[in-house]
Amino acid sequence: MEALLDDQVDAMFQALADRTRRDIVRRVMDEELSVSELADSYEMSFAGVQKHVAVLERAGLVSKRRVGRAQIARVEMSAIRTVASLLNELEDMWRARVARIDDLLADDEAAGR
Amino acid sequence: MPVLDTTHDEETLTLTMVAEFAATPERVWEVYADPRQLERVWGPPTYPATVVDHSLTPGGRVTYYMTSPEGEKFCGLWEVSSVEEPARLVFRDYFADEDFNAVESMPGSTNTYTFEAIEGGTRVTYESAFDSLEGLKTVLDMGVVEGSTGAINQIDELLAKG
Repeated sequence: MEALLDDQVDAMFQALADRTRRDIVRRVMDEELSVSELADSYEMSFAGVQKHVAVLERAGLVSKRRVGRAQIARVEMSAIRTVASLLNELEDMWRARVARIDDLLADDEAAGR
Repeated sequence: MPVLDTTHDEETLTLTMVAEFAATPERVWEVYADPRQLERVWGPPTYPATVVDHSLTPGGRVTYYMTSPEGEKFCGLWEVSSVEEPARLVFRDYFADEDFNAVESMPGSTNTYTFEAIEGGTRVTYESAFDSLEGLKTVLDMGVVEGSTGAINQIDELLAKG
């Protein structure tokens, strides 16, 4: 995994320091959305939303592709999930598994085995 | 808490976790040797696991699938390479298609579980080394329902601290 340069990290954090942009990231995380679909949900102009998407794009958090006349935005999960956060997620999953084993073993005692 | 220690190695994509259980190594081993017990612990309640074939012998296979809340099935496969009951278990974990053929394009992980008797129970060391980041991500997509939300919430927390 490539280490992120400080400049890139700064750009990511600056991009995410805005509530609307965080909201955009959350929404394109669930599904790809066109910029006009996104614009429908905010009180600002299409151009305003487009500007926010451009900031996210420059920060490497969102990528855009053209389908006909629409610009479809999607989240760049690799930027959001660094290796560290991936291993943290895996650790959580394992902790939950260990807790389930513990519960299962506790059932033995309850059953008097 | 039964988990004593975890170690992350970002270079080798390895996670190691040490846990202790209040049961003998033979009893903890049974959790892996009995498919009905294994499926109770393998998947989270939201993604329950079903074990299909279960041959815990060197060269044997364990096949399983996990079912998403929407009913989608994710299949997995263990290729067992070493079995020293009740002390050590080594297997490769792969993603599989619906017929439980390993998906060659999708990297797997090498897993070594070590069971030691200690006073009052068993210490288990789980070690998992992933072939690539893709494999690790896919495991998380299968197992951690709120993985992506978790990642963005982490960013939210970081920003809140700043």
